[in-house]
Amino acid sequence: MTGSKRQQLIISGVGGQGVIFLTRLLAETAIRKGKSVFTSETHGMAQRGGTVISHLKVGGFSSPLIRPFKADGLLALRMHGLDQHGVYLKPDSWAIVNHLKHDTSEPDRPVFAIGADRIAQKIDNLRSVNLIVLGFAMAVILKNVDNPFFCSLKDIKAVLESQMGHKQKMLNASLTALETGYDVGMKAKF
Amino acid sequence: MKRVSKSKRQLMLGNEAIARGLVENGCSIATSYPGTPASEILSTFAAMQKQHMESVHIEWSVNEKVAFEISYTGSITGLRTAVSMKQVGLNVASDPLMSAAYLGVKGGFVVISADDPGPHSSQTEQDSRLMAMMAKVPVLDPDSPAQAKEMVRMAFELSERFEIPVMLRPTTRVCHARQDVPLADIHPPKRDVDFQKDPTRWAATPKFRYHLHEALEKKLESITRFNKTAPFLLNSGVDAPKAIVASGVAAAHTREILQDLNLWNVIPMYQVLQPYPLHAEFIAKLTNSYDDILVIEETTGVIEMQLADRHAVKGKLNQWVPAVGELLPEQIQQLVSEFAGVDTEYIDLPSASGVRPTLCAGCPHRAAFFAIKQATPKGVYTSDIGCYTLGMNLGAVDTVLCMGAAISQAAGFHHAYKNDKKQPDIISTIGDSTFFHAGIPPLIDAVVHKVGFVLVILDNRTTAMTGNQPTPGVGKGARGEALETVDIETLVRGCGVKFCRSGDPYQLKEFTSLVKEAITYSKGKGPAVVISKHPCLIDRTHKKIYDHPYVRLTVTDSCDGCSYCIDHFECPALVLDEAEERVNIDAVLCNGCGVCEHVCPKNSIQEYE
Repeated sequence: MTGSKRQQLIISGVGGQGVIFLTRLLAETAIRKGKSVFTSETHGMAQRGGTVISHLKVGGFSSPLIRPFKADGLLALRMHGLDQHGVYLKPDSWAIVNHLKHDTSEPDRPVFAIGADRIAQKIDNLRSVNLIVLGFAMAVILKNVDNPFFCSLKDIKAVLESQMGHKQKMLNASLTALETGYDVGMKAKF
Repeated sequence: MKRVSKSKRQLMLGNEAIARGLVENGCSIATSYPGTPASEILSTFAAMQKQHMESVHIEWSVNEKVAFEISYTGSITGLRTAVSMKQVGLNVASDPLMSAAYLGVKGGFVVISADDPGPHSSQTEQDSRLMAMMAKVPVLDPDSPAQAKEMVRMAFELSERFEIPVMLRPTTRVCHARQDVPLADIHPPKRDVDFQKDPTRWAATPKFRYHLHEALEKKLESITRFNKTAPFLLNSGVDAPKAIVASGVAAAHTREILQDLNLWNVIPMYQVLQPYPLHAEFIAKLTNSYDDILVIEETTGVIEMQLADRHAVKGKLNQWVPAVGELLPEQIQQLVSEFAGVDTEYIDLPSASGVRPTLCAGCPHRAAFFAIKQATPKGVYTSDIGCYTLGMNLGAVDTVLCMGAAISQAAGFHHAYKNDKKQPDIISTIGDSTFFHAGIPPLIDAVVHKVGFVLVILDNRTTAMTGNQPTPGVGKGARGEALETVDIETLVRGCGVKFCRSGDPYQLKEFTSLVKEAITYSKGKGPAVVISKHPCLIDRTHKKIYDHPYVRLTVTDSCDGCSYCIDHFECPALVLDEAEERVNIDAVLCNGCGVCEHVCPKNSIQEYE
């Protein structure tokens, strides 16, 4: 499992969906696990509802950017992220998309879809799409992919707890979103 | 002194790392004007300095020129100071920069100018290192957040050693990268202020400036021999007839690529820390040791142009390296492979279409733009730098040049069309922060020359685009402390404008009438100013002050999906259902401004019963 040592992930969506929050959470988790980390984020005008992309590189890297065909995985908070940023993925990789149904067959890689917008409405936390998708990703990768995620659900929860410990309500809402996504992933047929 | 363990590492944005560098190295005055990608430097410095409220001065200045002059003056009293801005902000501060280079400094003075190759959020891709070269000051070019912090320390040392302003030039990929950064001890700011009068230096007349220029050249000559900032061989021991020279984040990309391509032990790679002035010994070594040299740097060939003997050099000046745009790692991979003579996969990224940015649902700017278009659908619309540049999506922005130009461009159109058969209505839009920054001199000019135009000041009580920094109208400092306020209307009247009225754009009908009235006045009488007052929705500090009720609207069955509202109002919460031939309101996105009720020509958008 050499992949667990170094991992390159793309996280994409539109401004306001919490792409930067997710990137930062994963980066913080990597540091907690004693790994060096690099991220690159979109700031500025694009944050006003435009397409945003984050690069996350865990392990020994010197550049903050991922080159095409090098990423181990993609978290797309909007469906269009798969078309637009799929080029970063290497052949034996995976993609998670926030979409009700995914009927595009991808010969190179598994694509797992979750309708996170609807779930966010159900749990009455419209801003939690990012954490739902992350929880879902943790579960389906655990079940389906040989190359594991660099951290576990428990690791992520620990970081959330230390960051939001003083804001109990916000912490509970975040944990609920993360766990809901995880459960959906665990119960999913793939 | 606060001790931290040497092994402590913290996840930091490049800009946060720079701020930490300022804290660690005893910076006493820090000033800035917000601009992507530099904005987080000052806000982080302010957050880190909350416990030293008294000793450290931190401010969001009215513009970069003022920010520069305040910090510079602090340095000539012996304090360590820093000014930060984005690269086009340095244009605004270029006047004091050129002069300060001659006069020099006492305490360390760091000019942080963040470049934006791409460009991602700027009107140009200009290279601040060229500005350093023009001003004749040294510039450091960090490759990562960690190195950016380290270079703050180097910059202060260099600045004090040679009594010269030093530029730190990070790029977007350093400013907005996050990395685990090692923390160092914090040195509290030096507090003994001691301004030594010396009019031949601090108030030098041209005769003395000649001598100062001579002294500056001597300083630069010494700096080309200063060891601590000299370029170095990254893969020591590697020897070949070819070599790669890189700086900034391009060096970080190149390092990783050489390792991936198994070339790390094949091609010597030098990293340049200080692209200007380039160390003399390094230039000689390159020229004498290698017959093939690839120079990789952003955005202009600054290192390259200092290599006088160019016969072995491949770079931007001979089209080897692209001269336009960001140097992405995939491009560098191609360059390095070709240079090394190895095969590599050809990577052609599809041009990104994606989702275009838009004003937020409920943004007061959208209502103001819609009103302007209603008042005069065929006007000439000059605008400015800020979120409201996105008024372009509503067809209400025709020109954007640089900070403050909305007003002077209105004057330009007025004078240009003066002798034409028909004079168009000219409407300028400018944000409150941008008006304070650079809008006042052109407004005075327009009053004096009786320019017939309407200026709509979009007063949302914040600098929204860059992360809601305070404006002079708000009366709040960088640390949230209470300050004096400057009233926009008083300021406008003080510039000599006779017609100045305020309105809330959420009151769409009244606001449209106000704009029409202003247009009528402007014909023949000179500038008319309308202040559009409604706070930014994402600036949480105003939530309590402006308690606008959430207006719950619904689209009735009379909607036939004509999409007028989508084409002309362009609110992301209005979504066309093509199959059902109707528009729906996305309840998640809608902020309840209630404006679209007055937008639908068929009255299909109504209050929810």
